[in-house]
Amino acid sequence: MSTLLKADNITKTYRDHRALDQVSVHIPDQSIFGLLGPNGAGKTTLIRIINQIIGADQGTILFDNEPLRSKHVLRIGYLPEERGLYKKMEVGEQSIYLARLKGLKRQEARKLLTGWFEKFDLMPWWGKKVEELSKGMQQKVQFIITVLHKPRLLIFDEPFSGFDPINVNLLKEEILKLREEGSTIIFSTHNMDSVEELCDHIALINRSKLVLEGDVREVRKNHSTRLYEAELEQVHTPVEQMLDGRFQLVDIEKHLESMTVRIRITKEATPNELLQSLLTSGQLTSFRELTPTMNDIFIKQVTGEYPTGKMQKTDPFIQAGQQ
Amino acid sequence: MSKIATIIRREFLSRVKKKSFVAMTILGPVLMAAIVIVPVLVAQLSDSDYSVAIVDDSGLFAQDFRDRDNIYFTPLDTDIDNAIERMHDGRFDAVLHIPEVAFQAPSSLRLFSAKSVNFNAKLLIENILKLEFESMKLSSAGIDEEVLRSIESPVSIRAIRISNDGEQMTDYPEISMGLGFVGGFLIYIFIFLFGSQVLRGVLEEKTSRIVEIIVSSVKPFQLMMGKIFGVGLVGLTQFLIWIFLTLAIVGGFQAAAPEMFRFTPDEEVFITGGQVLNPEELQTQREAIQQHDTMAGELLAGLSAINIPVMVLSFIFYFLGGYLLYAALFAAIGSAVDNEADTQQFMLPVTIPLLLALIMTQMVVTNPGGTVALWLSMIPFTSPVIMMARIPFGVSYAELALSAALLVAGFMFTTWVAAKIYRTGILMYGKKVDYKELWKWMRHS
Repeated sequence: MSTLLKADNITKTYRDHRALDQVSVHIPDQSIFGLLGPNGAGKTTLIRIINQIIGADQGTILFDNEPLRSKHVLRIGYLPEERGLYKKMEVGEQSIYLARLKGLKRQEARKLLTGWFEKFDLMPWWGKKVEELSKGMQQKVQFIITVLHKPRLLIFDEPFSGFDPINVNLLKEEILKLREEGSTIIFSTHNMDSVEELCDHIALINRSKLVLEGDVREVRKNHSTRLYEAELEQVHTPVEQMLDGRFQLVDIEKHLESMTVRIRITKEATPNELLQSLLTSGQLTSFRELTPTMNDIFIKQVTGEYPTGKMQKTDPFIQAGQQ
Repeated sequence: MSKIATIIRREFLSRVKKKSFVAMTILGPVLMAAIVIVPVLVAQLSDSDYSVAIVDDSGLFAQDFRDRDNIYFTPLDTDIDNAIERMHDGRFDAVLHIPEVAFQAPSSLRLFSAKSVNFNAKLLIENILKLEFESMKLSSAGIDEEVLRSIESPVSIRAIRISNDGEQMTDYPEISMGLGFVGGFLIYIFIFLFGSQVLRGVLEEKTSRIVEIIVSSVKPFQLMMGKIFGVGLVGLTQFLIWIFLTLAIVGGFQAAAPEMFRFTPDEEVFITGGQVLNPEELQTQREAIQQHDTMAGELLAGLSAINIPVMVLSFIFYFLGGYLLYAALFAAIGSAVDNEADTQQFMLPVTIPLLLALIMTQMVVTNPGGTVALWLSMIPFTSPVIMMARIPFGVSYAELALSAALLVAGFMFTTWVAAKIYRTGILMYGKKVDYKELWKWMRHS
């Protein structure tokens, strides 16, 4: 897969602190790339540098194999975290204005906007002032403006903040469609779970430094804790007796009719062997690997250990809505 | 470049379409025209007839009162009580009572009226009696009235400016002062009005958080310049519409009622003592009228002596130059703060030179060629206002060129400084900014 954006050794120092320190990210073409990290890690600084809003002190950026130049802004769409519109300006007129700043002709912009507005049921609001729109509708308008000029690279900084769950789904669908049509997407968020399932690639930034980068499955695999969870019914032989030294029983929960066990397997064993052992213990109703979430991986990267408590996949949609 | 044009277009149209702009654009000339027309109208409306009955117990003065304008005098042969009764019947508006001892004790004079006294009538009566008393006193002192009048010598110096090559030009300092003051004041108002519009515009973009969306498409400098040019264009448009509409309204009134604007010199009140004017007196009267005519002529000559094209062109130049200089600073202030209340601390140093220029205008118009005037018309921060005040008096082209060049350099400098602050400021939220901070932004960006 070719690389659309190649940023190498980006360093940016503000007067009192270093916002980015030798950060390199390579964003594959047509991928969904998660730029993850806590607040203040330097994500927005990196995004602003890619958008050429500010300049880097050091480092190089290639966009589509060309050094990043001002003409490239026309091929990038950016939805900033701090976003808004002119409150007193009419929605349609304002959308055309912002589209024209992205290089679209007036007629072309009007045509494209009409399509999007109809899709999002915004057409009746075309002639209204922005301040008359609900926050959700304003967000939709901002999204449309970001993607209207069919950019090669789309950058969303905390895209789902302030959206209700229904609109989050709508947006996710649209974003996936845009990827199908050839766009590359960067998601920047501190709420890692919210975009985890969408991303093919991720980069973790913490305290101005890149701490992790790569394919999501690779990252997961590399961070596998080899921890498995099984549910058993009609247990006739205690699980402990069935496990030899290659398995380590982490946790056991006994219920009325069933039990849940969490077992870590050592390097010498395979999940299949664990499964076989469990099968001899009773009726197996469920078996799965407890994979660390990006959040867990991130916390491990930063603090050196996984967060306490059970590792469980949280529902990204609920997370997004709660933010 | 086309992006700046797009921004200018939005900035211009979004302001011109506002109801407040339309209202100001129409009301402005109406107000300006009203300043010219209303006094004329009021003067005419208040000129209803006013009749004064005179009860002259001394029998000396009744014949000296001549009807004038809309004030009519009627000598009565009755006593004062009767006259007042008649006034209450509505035959007269007022009754003047001249007691027998009036000449010796002028404070015994009385003007009775049912309603409040017409001020003009009171003034006229006082004037007539004063002259009459004086003339009587002169006679009793043995001084001939003719002698006295021949002593009166009106002096009016004609000021002439003479250039190096001997070209002579009459100077009309009073008219130049008026024009200079108006010009300087207009520049001041315009810079303030539209400079603060730039500030509010920048602040709006920052607080509405649209700015980051825009600067991902255009350079911050382009956005700043687009706004400054757009608002400047609004100012220029409004100014030109004002001039045009004011001329149209005043012209319209002039065409509709030309007699309203005709210049009618006041007649002098001459004491004739009830006699027919002798030739010599006629001569004096003619001279007085001539004097009036020269004054009116002088006004016209004075206006035509002003180089109108230079006035208008330099007004437009100094308005634009001064506006660009200050608008850049206003934009920088707008970018540095988070809300309108925080602008105060930065507004002061920007407004002080402008205010100083306005205050100094009074001094400059009294001595337009002085050192202070010269310097203030060179410093770019004060030159737009001060130069406009100097131009009606005539400024050499060399001085104009130098001042203009300095102004251009000045606004290029402020734009350069402002752009540095603006670039950092628009993306900075929630930070209390002071001068030290601004200085760092300037140095580090």
